[in-house]
Amino acid sequence: MNSARVIATGLSGLVFGFGLALSGMLDPARVRGFLDVYGAWDPSLAFVLGGAVSVASIGVWLSRQLRRPIFDESFHLPHGRTIDGKLVGGAAIFGVGWGLAGLCPGPAVASITLGAPATLLFLVAMVAGMMVHDREAIRLVGSAGRQGRCRPT
Amino acid sequence: MTLASYLPFLSGGVAIGFAATLMMMLNGRVAGVSGILSGLWRRTDAGPAASAAFTTGLALGPALYALAFGRAPEVHLTSSAPVLVIAGLLVGYGARMGSGCTSGHGVVGLARLSPRSIVAVAVFLATAIATVALMRIGSAL
Repeated sequence: MNSARVIATGLSGLVFGFGLALSGMLDPARVRGFLDVYGAWDPSLAFVLGGAVSVASIGVWLSRQLRRPIFDESFHLPHGRTIDGKLVGGAAIFGVGWGLAGLCPGPAVASITLGAPATLLFLVAMVAGMMVHDREAIRLVGSAGRQGRCRPT
Repeated sequence: MTLASYLPFLSGGVAIGFAATLMMMLNGRVAGVSGILSGLWRRTDAGPAASAAFTTGLALGPALYALAFGRAPEVHLTSSAPVLVIAGLLVGYGARMGSGCTSGHGVVGLARLSPRSIVAVAVFLATAIATVALMRIGSAL
């Protein structure tokens, strides 16, 4: 990992966090207001998502004009097209948690510097949930490997 | 609300899209928060230094906002501790199981017109809306 790539990653994170703060996404009450379509619906986050996806689409188009990214030899993008139970189930579970508290991973991490104890509690639980998943995934791959069912990578 | 009052939301979105563009054009990677964060404890091709850099930048973003505008961003979080813990566990586990969250699937995946991301966004929006609706019914009883 060269230093230019690490700096670029940090810069992307900084702009991302600034955008989250500007957009109101750090406020769980506003996020839940956006999800409350059967109540007092607050459409403001549709502008956030619309703006973000529009600009990112230009970014995608621009990077497709490049033979390789500026700081790397090749693109590292997922190309899977399989829609399986893991994708749908994971998204469904994620959505329930998102609706419950109005927080998702970006805002949870970005809010560290705001120092609200409630957000920090959510962040700790979220990281624990991620680690539980990743540990299970390692164990499953490991046992599949021992039984000879693991595809060579 | 007038259209102009939505300007901060739109410009916040533009900044998020620009962050995703930087990651894509400079490093050729998806700016997905859950995937990058998990690089702190599992092996990824970008490496732990990149995960640490992104996470640090992300956490400093709101501080930069506070510096620029002279006030901290508004946060209203009234959920009880048990709800926060359950919600956190579900968000973390679900994001890793579904290979992405609001950023990776929601922003970059939709911009790339990835069929997996389009399905993921439809599913998590549906369950999130249903959860909020059920909680509204629950609190009205």
